[in-house]
Amino acid sequence: MNRKILSSAIFYIAVVAIALVVLFPFLWMLSSSFKTQLDIIAWPPKILFTPTLQNYEKVFGEQDFLKYFLNSTIVGTAAVGLSLVLGLPAAYSIARFTQRKLGMFILLARLMPGISFLMPWYIVFSRLGLMDSYTALILSHILIALPIVVWIMSSYFATIPREMEESAMVDGATRQYAFWKIILPLSGPGIITATTLSFIFSWNNFMFSQVLSMEKTKTLPIAVYNFLSYAEVDWGGVMAAAVAIMAPAIVLTMVFQKYVVKGLTMGAVKG
Amino acid sequence: MSRSSFAERHLHILFPLPALVFVAMLMVFPVLYTFFLSFTNWNLTSGLPAEFVGLRSYTRVLTEPRFLNALARTFAFTLFAVAIEGLLGVAAALILNRAFVGRSLAKLLLLLPLVATPVAVGIVFNLFFDPTIGLLNFVLQAFGLPPGLWISNAASVLPSLILVDVWQWTPMITLIVLAGLAGLSEEPVEAARIDGASEWQIIRWVTIPMVMPVILTALILRLIDALKTFDIIFAMTGGGPGYASETLNIMGYKYSFEYFRMGQSAVILVVLFVVVFGSSLGIMKLRAASEE
Repeated sequence: MNRKILSSAIFYIAVVAIALVVLFPFLWMLSSSFKTQLDIIAWPPKILFTPTLQNYEKVFGEQDFLKYFLNSTIVGTAAVGLSLVLGLPAAYSIARFTQRKLGMFILLARLMPGISFLMPWYIVFSRLGLMDSYTALILSHILIALPIVVWIMSSYFATIPREMEESAMVDGATRQYAFWKIILPLSGPGIITATTLSFIFSWNNFMFSQVLSMEKTKTLPIAVYNFLSYAEVDWGGVMAAAVAIMAPAIVLTMVFQKYVVKGLTMGAVKG
Repeated sequence: MSRSSFAERHLHILFPLPALVFVAMLMVFPVLYTFFLSFTNWNLTSGLPAEFVGLRSYTRVLTEPRFLNALARTFAFTLFAVAIEGLLGVAAALILNRAFVGRSLAKLLLLLPLVATPVAVGIVFNLFFDPTIGLLNFVLQAFGLPPGLWISNAASVLPSLILVDVWQWTPMITLIVLAGLAGLSEEPVEAARIDGASEWQIIRWVTIPMVMPVILTALILRLIDALKTFDIIFAMTGGGPGYASETLNIMGYKYSFEYFRMGQSAVILVVLFVVVFGSSLGIMKLRAASEE
C-alpha cells in the first residue's frame, strides 16, 4: 500500500515538473510585462513587485499595435477563408476519388521551405507593385493555410460514410449538390479544426510578412520583432507586446482545445 | 446532356482544379524560377539583367566555408534538437499516459508552446539568456556555477537555440505519442503483465514497439520543420554572433533580402530544398522498411 502511495506521489511530482517547465516562460513573460524597466533589470530577479500598466499603455498607445493587430486579423481571416473555398472541394475530391498523389502534391507546400518561394515572390510582387499590399500578403498566407485545410479535411471527409451522399444521388441529386447540402453540414468539427489551426499558423507567420509587408500592412510578429531592434531594449514593452501577440492564439486554443489536438496529431497517428 | 451532368462527370477534376492552379502558380512556378536563377549570377542591386553562367554560382557557393558551415550547422541543430525532443517527448507521453486528475488540463498546457508565436518565444528566451539580467545566469550562480554567455557566445549559441526549440516543440511529440498510445489495444500489455513482466519491461518491450510507427512519424514531422527553423534564430541572434548560428535558411534569407545576390541565394535555396526533401524521403523509406 505504501508503495502505491509513493509511486503516485512520484507521478504527480513528475506531472507538476512537466507543467512548470512548460508554463514558466509564459508566467515570466506575463509578470515581466507588468514590471517597470527597473524591476526587470533588478538583480537578483524580482518575483514580487508593484505591477504597472505602463508597458501596455506604451504598446497600444505609442506603438500603434492596434493597427498591426488589425492587419494580422485581416490577413489571417482572408487567407483562411479563401483556403476553405479552394481547399474544401479539393479535399472532398481527394477523399472520395482517392487522389493520393494530388493530396501529396498540395501537402508539398507544407513540406517545402517557404523561403524557396518567397524569393521569387519578392521579385514578382515588386515588379507588379504589390509590395506592402494586402493582396500579396494574403496570397502568401493562403499557401500556409491551404495545405492544412486540405490535409485535415481530406482525412475528415474520408470518415463520413459514402452512403450519406450516395443515397441523395440515387434520389436524383447531383454530387456537387450533395457535397454542398449533405457533406458540408456534417463537417463542422473538421472545419473548426482546419480553421483554428490554419489561422494560428498564419497569425504566427514571421518570414513572409517580414519580406512582403512594410508600414501599411505590417503584421504583429514583425511589429514585435521591430520592437527589439531599438537601441536599448525596452524589456517591459517587448514582453507586453509578446503577451498581446500570443493571447489570441492561446484563447483560440483554450476554446477549441479538442479540435486543435486532433488537428495537430491526426495525420501522424493514422499514417 | 445537360451542363450539370458534365460538371458531375468531371467533378474529380473540377473540384481540385482551383486549389491545384493556385499551388502551381504560387509554389511550382516560383520553385522552378528559383532553380532557373541558380544558374545565373543575378544581383538585384546591380541593375543588370540576369546572365546565364551555368554552374558558376554553384561552384562559388558550394566551396565557400560560410556555406559549408551553415550546412553542417543546419544538420547539427536539427539532429540534436529532434533527438532531444524525441527522448523527452516520448518519456513525457509515457508518464502522462494514464488516467489522472487534471489530465485534460495537462494536455491543454502542452498545447500552449505549440501555438505560441515563435518570434515572441525567442524574445522571451532572450530575456532568460541575457548575461547580466537573465534568469538563467541567476539560477546558475545560485547553485555556485559560473555564469554563461548563452546566445552571445559563438560556442554556446547553437545549444542555447536548441534549448528554445526543445522547449517549444517537445510537446508536439508528446501529444502525438499520447494520441498513438490511446489507440493501442490493452491486450498485449495485460498478457505481458499476467506473464509477470515488470512495468519497465512492459514499456520497453511491448508499449514502445507498438507505438513506434507513431513515434517515427512524429519525428519526421519535427525533422522537416527543424531543418527549416527560421523565426527563433532570426529573432534571437540573426545568425550571429558572427555567423555562429547561421543555418541554410538564415543564410538564404540574407543573400536574398540583405545582399540581393539572387543567383547565389538561389543556389542556397536549392540546396535547402534538396536537404529537406531528401531527408524526408529517406526517412519515409527507412520507416517503410522498418515496418516490413
